[in-house]
Amino acid sequence: MAEEVKKAEEVKKPRKPLDPNSAKYKLGKIASDAFANTIEAKKQGKPVAWVSSNFPVEIPETLGIWTAYPENQAAGIAARGAGERMCNVAEADGYSNDICAYARISLAYAKLKECPEQDVAMPDVLLCCNNICNCMIKWYENLSQELNIPMIMLDIPFNPDYEVSDAQVAYVTGQFWDAVHQLEDLFGLKWDDKKFEEVTGFSCRASRAWLEATAQAKYTPSPFNGFDLLNHMAVMVTARGKEEAGEAMETLLKEYKENHEKGESTFRAEEKYRVMFEGIACWPYLRATSRGLKDRGINMVTTIYADAFGFDYNSFDEMIRAYCSVPNAINLEKSRDKRVKLCKDNNVEGLLVHTNRSCKLWSGFMAEMSRQIGEECGIPVTSFDGDQADPRNFSEAQYDTRVQGLMEIMEGNKADRAGKEA
Amino acid sequence: MITLGIDIGSTTSKCALLRDGSDILATSLRVGGLGTEGPDEAMQELRESSGIDLSAVDRTIITGYGRNKYEGGDGEVSELTCHALGGRLVFPELRTVIDIGGQDAKVICLSESGRMTNFVMNDKCAAGTGRFLDVMANILRMDVNDFDEVASGSVSPAAISSTCTVFAESEVISQLANGVDRADLVAGICGSVASRVSALARRAGVKPQVCMSGGVAKNGAVRRALEKSLDTEIAFDPRAQYFGAIGAALYAYRQLQQ
Repeated sequence: MAEEVKKAEEVKKPRKPLDPNSAKYKLGKIASDAFANTIEAKKQGKPVAWVSSNFPVEIPETLGIWTAYPENQAAGIAARGAGERMCNVAEADGYSNDICAYARISLAYAKLKECPEQDVAMPDVLLCCNNICNCMIKWYENLSQELNIPMIMLDIPFNPDYEVSDAQVAYVTGQFWDAVHQLEDLFGLKWDDKKFEEVTGFSCRASRAWLEATAQAKYTPSPFNGFDLLNHMAVMVTARGKEEAGEAMETLLKEYKENHEKGESTFRAEEKYRVMFEGIACWPYLRATSRGLKDRGINMVTTIYADAFGFDYNSFDEMIRAYCSVPNAINLEKSRDKRVKLCKDNNVEGLLVHTNRSCKLWSGFMAEMSRQIGEECGIPVTSFDGDQADPRNFSEAQYDTRVQGLMEIMEGNKADRAGKEA
Repeated sequence: MITLGIDIGSTTSKCALLRDGSDILATSLRVGGLGTEGPDEAMQELRESSGIDLSAVDRTIITGYGRNKYEGGDGEVSELTCHALGGRLVFPELRTVIDIGGQDAKVICLSESGRMTNFVMNDKCAAGTGRFLDVMANILRMDVNDFDEVASGSVSPAAISSTCTVFAESEVISQLANGVDRADLVAGICGSVASRVSALARRAGVKPQVCMSGGVAKNGAVRRALEKSLDTEIAFDPRAQYFGAIGAALYAYRQLQQ
C-alpha cells in the first residue's frame, strides 16, 4: 500500500573498498582519467579539442587529438553543486537563463578557466556536431569567439523522415572528411586508415558491451539500478573510442549477468515497480530524484539517454547512419518507436518524464511523444519540472507528489492484473 | 468504524471524519498549511465541531504537501489519490476531477470503477492556481471570496494573460488605470485561470462526470469559465475543498477493510 513506501526495505551492505577489477572501479577511473590525461597532454603541448557528445569520436581518436567534453564537464559540475554559481557567471555576462545550462556553465568556464568541481584542459579547437541539438552551434560559436580558436562544424540536421537517406549519408560523409582535412591542416597531423580501423573496433566493442549491459534490464528484477547507467555512461560519452572502455564495459556486462544468475542487483531495495526515465538526468538533484524512486521500490530500469551513446556499426556507411540516428536527430515517430521497444523489452510499468528547462528540443516533443508511448504500452505517464544543470528549476515536493501518484496508479494496475489473473 | 483524513496543503489544512467509509461526520478547515499551526488548529476545530473524541478514531491518513512531515497519522497517501476518492464518494459517477489548490492545479482521470488512471499537474508556475487569484485580489483590494459575485456582473470579460502571474499582474494594473470595469477584470482573471487549467484537462482527457475540488472550486466564475472552455458541465459540492481530506479518510477505511 502507498504508506508502506518507506517500508521498502533497504538491503544494507557494509561498504568495501572498490575492487580494482570491478566495473565500477574501472569505469570510474576511465571517466576521471579522461579529464586528468587531457590536462596532462595540454601541459605537454599536445592539441586538445572540446567536443560535443555525439560528434564522431572516431575523428579525434584516429588523429591522436586529446578530447574533453563540455557537456560531461557541466554535468559533473552540476552534480557536485556548482551549477548555480557557474550559471550566475554566464548570466552576469548577458547570457539568458533560458539558454541550456550546460552551455552557460561551459561559457562561464571559458571565462574563468577554472572550476574546482571539474577542471578541464583549455581547448585548441572546437569540434561541434548538432545531432544532439542546435543550441550547440551557437554555444560553440561563442566559445570560438571568446577563446579565439577555430570551430569545426559537422552538420547532421534533424531528420524529419523515418529512415536515413543515402543523400543524408553522402552529405554527412563529405563533412566527415572535410573535418578530418581541416584538423590535419591545423595541427600537421596525418589520417591513418589502420588507426581508424582500430578506433572503430574499440568504439564498437565498447558500444556492443554497453548496449548489451543496459539490455540486462529485461530480467525481473533488474540486475542493476538504472541510476548506475547515468554514471557509467560518462565513459561512453568521453572514451568510447579507447581500448580500455571496451574492456570495462565487458566487465560491467559480466557483472550484470552474474547478478541476474545469483538473483542480485545494484538496486538496494525490493523492486516493486519498473519505470523508464525520459530525458537528461536532473544532475543537481540526482540523489533526491533517485531516492524518491528507491524509497517507493521503483527501479528506473531503462532510459534512452544511456543507450544514446552506444554506436554499433559494421561499415563506414553504417557508422554515418548511426550518427544520423541519435535520439535528438530523429523524428517523433522513430523516437517513439525506439522508446516503446525499450518499454516492452524491459517490462516497464510507468514512464517518468523530466521536463528539462534546459532542453527545449527534447522536452518540447515529449508531451505528445509520452502520450503516444503511454497509449501504445498501456502504462501511466507523469512528468516533473527540472533542469539538467541549473538547480533553480526543481521542487522536490512537486517531484515527490508526481512520483507517488505514478506509483499509486502502478499499484492499482498491478491489483487489477492480479484480480483478473485470479 | 471511524476514520480521519488530514489534508495539509500549501495554504490551508483540512480534516474530515468518516463513519464506515461513507458518512461524512464532520469537516474542519484552518488557514495555514505545511509548517504552520494550521493542521493542529484544524484538528482542534474538528474535535469541537464534531463532539467526537478523536481517540476513538480507528485510523488516520495524512495527505497533501505536508503528508511526509506531519506526525500523528497512521500513514500517508498522495493528494491525487485522495481527491479522486473523495470526489467519487460524493459523485458516484465521477470520471474527472479538476483540483485547483493554493499552489498547484491537477486534473485526475478515473476509471469506470473509480480508480485513478492518469493525472496531469501544472508546471512550475503560479498561473492557473489559487495563488494567482490571491495576487489579483490583492491588486484589486478585494476579497477573493467576492470574485464570484462581482464577476457575475461582467458584460465583456477582459483579456488577461494566462502565461505568467507577474505579466498578468501588470496587465491588470494597466487595465485598471485605463478604467476597465472591475467586473470585467474579475471575470477576465477567472477566465485566465480556467484557460490555463482547461489546457491541462485536455491533455489528461476529460470524461464526464467532471467535478472541481480544492479551494478554487467555490469560485463560481472559474467554474463557469471552465465549463465554457471545456464544453462540459462541472459538478459542484460545497464540500469540494474537503475532498482531499475525505478521500484520505476513505483510504484509511479501505485499508482497515483489507
